[in-house]
Amino acid sequence: MEKLTFQFQTNRAAGGDKTQTIVGVVASGNLEVLLERSQTPGECSFEISTAAHGFGPVWEAVLSDFVGRSPVGGLKISINDGGARPDTVALRLAQAVRLIEEDKA
Amino acid sequence: MTAWDTQKKARYGRIEAGSRFAEGKVVSKDSLPRFLDAVLKPGDRVCLEGDNQKQADLLAGALAGLDPARIHDLHMVQSGVVLPEHLDIFEKGIARKLDYSYSGPQSARIARMLFGGQIELGAVHTYLELFARYFIDLTPNVALIAAVSADRDGNLYTGPNTEDTPTVVEATSFKGGLVVAQVAEIVDKVPRVDIPGDQVHFLVEAKKPFYVEPLFTRDPGAITETQILTAMLAIKGLYQPYGITRLNHGIGFNTAAIELLLPTYGEKLGLRGKICTHWALNPHPTLIPAIEAGWVEQIHSFGSEVGMDRYIEARPDIYFTGADGSLRSHRAFCQTAGLYACDMFIGSTLQIDLSGHSSTVTTSRIAGFGGAPNMGSDPRGRRHPSEAWLKAGEEADPASPAPLRRGRKLVVQIGETFGEKNVPTFVERLDALELADKLKLDLAPIMVYGDDVTHIVTEEGIANLLLCRDADEREQAIRGVAGYTDVGRGRDRKMVEKLRERGIIRHPEDLGIDPLDADRRMLAARSIKDLMLASGGLYDPPSRFRNW
Repeated sequence: MEKLTFQFQTNRAAGGDKTQTIVGVVASGNLEVLLERSQTPGECSFEISTAAHGFGPVWEAVLSDFVGRSPVGGLKISINDGGARPDTVALRLAQAVRLIEEDKA
Repeated sequence: MTAWDTQKKARYGRIEAGSRFAEGKVVSKDSLPRFLDAVLKPGDRVCLEGDNQKQADLLAGALAGLDPARIHDLHMVQSGVVLPEHLDIFEKGIARKLDYSYSGPQSARIARMLFGGQIELGAVHTYLELFARYFIDLTPNVALIAAVSADRDGNLYTGPNTEDTPTVVEATSFKGGLVVAQVAEIVDKVPRVDIPGDQVHFLVEAKKPFYVEPLFTRDPGAITETQILTAMLAIKGLYQPYGITRLNHGIGFNTAAIELLLPTYGEKLGLRGKICTHWALNPHPTLIPAIEAGWVEQIHSFGSEVGMDRYIEARPDIYFTGADGSLRSHRAFCQTAGLYACDMFIGSTLQIDLSGHSSTVTTSRIAGFGGAPNMGSDPRGRRHPSEAWLKAGEEADPASPAPLRRGRKLVVQIGETFGEKNVPTFVERLDALELADKLKLDLAPIMVYGDDVTHIVTEEGIANLLLCRDADEREQAIRGVAGYTDVGRGRDRKMVEKLRERGIIRHPEDLGIDPLDADRRMLAARSIKDLMLASGGLYDPPSRFRNW
């Protein structure tokens, strides 16, 4: 397992008022994404635990695009990765941010 | 004096030689090796029938068992190099030269043999192109074909998998060649006459059906959410705005996902009756839910598909069927239909370069072309208009006056930015070029040329190449949907953003696609069993796809 952490500044706060949400599963080629509303609104942090070593720069590229594209201010995002491809990571993140902004079920 | 009937006489000689091993037209299985030895001559041009689906497997085995001291230097002209025997004959020295189209399962071995110089390669063709050459400069001397049954006069029933047979027989039989058919059984009366008996010279009773590969079956259980997202992009970003009613789908999980989203996502968008009504398509099991939901008006097929026969027979309003009730497929006609009467081809590939050229060749595998380069090309001889064709033509060439402007067929490449084993789909340089260098080929084996490709769809978005005005824009449009591959990360971000403002690149959010819809629950069938249930039990999946 490799541990990676990233921190981004953003001026777009996450929508909705759910305190947390989770999407995906830990499986080969898949990942689990946990979103928690616990940071200051202008920040978004990532903690990644991944089975695939040596992909730090790709993670940084995927996450920085995601932060640029989606309202994620005030989120702490934890990822359990089973070696998912970047396209799967990007999709799961987009799904997670949509889930936390949805009305409480 | 010039003799004008040497071919006719040569055929007569072959028939006479073969008749010694036959009763009437019927050759027994035991006599087959001696029979083939008698009718073949060194240097003959031979079509051993086989494509990506059906195979004249008995005749292939017998041919491979011949003595190369007697029968050698054959020139094989055939659609598919699929069975091991198709290459064994080159290894043994029975055949020397090869003109073909498709080599799916033998792609690695054929590459090794080409590198090793064991095969003299004529060219790799599309199906329609090879068929065309059967009538011009590659007419077979002998055709070894496959049918379901025959009567003693040689009338053949080819059943649902008619495929290439009428084309091969036409070229061979009407030009002095000899036609030999393997059939599962000899009957008193065939269910329908697919090939008239006077075009067939000998029959061999194989006592078992010819081999058919279930090439067009995709298990919905293996469709990923990224593929579902990509399929939603295609439906909402291409099928809907262009109003695509007439189309062909390549094989793959991306197009299977589109088929399975029609009755769910497509229905939600109100597209039933507005898209996907008329098809040039094999009987894909994954289209069953859409057919059952009333999406499809008609389908013409290149071949059949294992397990689909009963379903097809029960849906004659949808499929082309014969007097006996079963499917009539025809590869040459369906390829022509796909070329001239369809407004869109959409399929996946292994590699796309910065000009949009795509190829399924890698340095160790030569899969051949099949029909994709024909489907995936803009027919310059087309003259009838349609909404989609005119709209695409206008996007490509807005300056020309409308009555003088050619339309454009949509040729769409769809896939994830990373393929199997995390191999990037987007590359700076195609492996096909390296192969062409190594084999000293005049042409690199390109499946779809960049100037024919109109759109590229990945999970990142759609690149509309029709709207690009120069090579730079085109390159950045391709990089702009290439995700996190090296090609994608090498993009000029500012330029890509500008292309996005002009609608040349469109992301899921630009099209109002909710990532939460990219969920397997959106598929109209999530397993092979679901497909069987959707067919009312008429679809009979092959055992390898049954896991219940």
